[in-house]
Amino acid sequence: MSANSYQVIDTSALKDRVQPDRIAASLYYDPNVFEAELDRIFYKTWIWVAHESELPNPGDFRTTMIGRQPVIVVRDKAGEVHVLENRCRHRGATVCEEHHGNAKGFTCPYHSWSYGLDGALRALPYGDGYEGVIEKSELPLNHLQVGIYQGLIFASFNRDIEPLDQFLGGAKPWIDLFMKQGAGYPIKANGEHKFKFKGNWKIQLENTTDLYHFPVVHKSWMKSIDDETAATITSFMTSDQAFCRSLGNGHSLAVLVPEIVDLDQDDGAPLPERFEALAASLAKSHTPEQVRRIVRSLMGVGFNLNLFPNLALSMAFFRVLRPISAEETEIRHVALAMDGGPEEANRVRLRIHEHFQGPFGFGSPDDAEAWERVQRGSHAGLDVPILVNRGLNRESTAANGEKTAHATDETGMREAYAKWHEMMGKD
Amino acid sequence: MDNANLLLGNSALAVAIPLIWHEAELLDRKAYTEWLELWSIDGHYVVPIDPNAEDFAATLNYVYDDQEMREKRVQRMTSGYSASASDAARTVRTVSRFTSNGQHGDLIEVRSTQMVMAYKRGTTTLFGADLTHRLRLTDGRVRIVEKVVRLIEANEALSAIGFLL
Repeated sequence: MSANSYQVIDTSALKDRVQPDRIAASLYYDPNVFEAELDRIFYKTWIWVAHESELPNPGDFRTTMIGRQPVIVVRDKAGEVHVLENRCRHRGATVCEEHHGNAKGFTCPYHSWSYGLDGALRALPYGDGYEGVIEKSELPLNHLQVGIYQGLIFASFNRDIEPLDQFLGGAKPWIDLFMKQGAGYPIKANGEHKFKFKGNWKIQLENTTDLYHFPVVHKSWMKSIDDETAATITSFMTSDQAFCRSLGNGHSLAVLVPEIVDLDQDDGAPLPERFEALAASLAKSHTPEQVRRIVRSLMGVGFNLNLFPNLALSMAFFRVLRPISAEETEIRHVALAMDGGPEEANRVRLRIHEHFQGPFGFGSPDDAEAWERVQRGSHAGLDVPILVNRGLNRESTAANGEKTAHATDETGMREAYAKWHEMMGKD
Repeated sequence: MDNANLLLGNSALAVAIPLIWHEAELLDRKAYTEWLELWSIDGHYVVPIDPNAEDFAATLNYVYDDQEMREKRVQRMTSGYSASASDAARTVRTVSRFTSNGQHGDLIEVRSTQMVMAYKRGTTTLFGADLTHRLRLTDGRVRIVEKVVRLIEANEALSAIGFLL
């Protein structure tokens, strides 16, 4: 083995690698940690898999992954949502490789075992070889636990998982506020950007409530938008109204534009100049109140809500992460629309999403560059920790245990790592 | 008829290919400001996500740039403020397999294939795509009215990209 390919192994106990104000850099690259995270976090807790608007009709499905495990999210004939392991019970082949679609059932390509939308094994060819050997009723596609809140579909491999309501806990009122950007219409998933970066999933998890990076990493995006919007978006740097808060269970919140936390509260401020033409056009078929409600919602809400471990509701979109390996992560940015709302406003939302998000956006590539630099740099200085201590000097704790500090502080990261420690730090 | 004459015998391709190759060379050289000059002011530069998308304005794309967004994109990539653009991959590309159904009025539509090889920090990545160029001939000059880059893996997860396709 050459000196260059030598992999340093961190032999310290997992419970010692996370401290209240710092974490060991090996959390970003240790393959043993990664395997344990899949087992103890991704295969144990609630994982977001889809939004209900992606499955409006019976037979609608989408496929996705939880860690390395392929699953199918599908609505059956009775309208119930199932999350099924995408794995034939015979020899293990995936029974569906489409990203999304509508199906009557799923048939394995290998020996034609066929399953219903509810996962039941309906038929297999030449059944004489199985008479007295198997019972079809005992071999459905394996079901995961399913929980739905505000259209967000979560699944878990853990049969003893706590109720979804309990898991979401203090995050629920913020989910409700987020969904108000439908401006009176239901929220609909309206396409997604997917990209990968060469770095650990927790670097992305941290980033959602890391407002400290925003004016630095996204300077080129800010220079491409109007001064009014740029000033609004970055006012949190000096505002004492903007804050970061832990919400329990690893969830956290970063409020960057306090004026648009609750979109039902209209402060009467003039609509942004850049949307004047749209507002004038909407006014032909909407009341002035509706126009204000729709236009004020175009940029989404003024906060990022981070749900441990894989979903964020971030201003105007869903951010979904999937760990691929210790040093690679996939990100999806799901665009949102007003279901049944004015098409011209939904198109503006698409253009706003394209402007920042995705592998060709004006924002995401610079995030990815910063994250990849973290991943590369973390290999240096073998015993040098990653700091998550910003704002410890000004953090307050409420009676319900929620901690609050300034928007640029690292309270959210500390909350995520506290949950990580709880789930991982048994040895 | 040899291959060169086959190409030149198709007057639409004879007009289009030099421009498309010139564009490819500008993009590999990251001469983005010069690249802007190839465009008609009403043109759209599109990198779709959905392989079957035709109504780009109504769907989410990777890129859906009118003149204003193209200018902003170039400004961003040349400003020095974007870490991903400042440290972008080096690229070489070939564009070939040209077909065209000829000239209609002042418009030519040319379909081709593009292979971009991108190198950054020890990793080489290949981006294969079908291209469609719609070109307009005005006063003896050719301008791009629409360029659609359909990546063969468009609906899979891509790596973030600090250059133009």
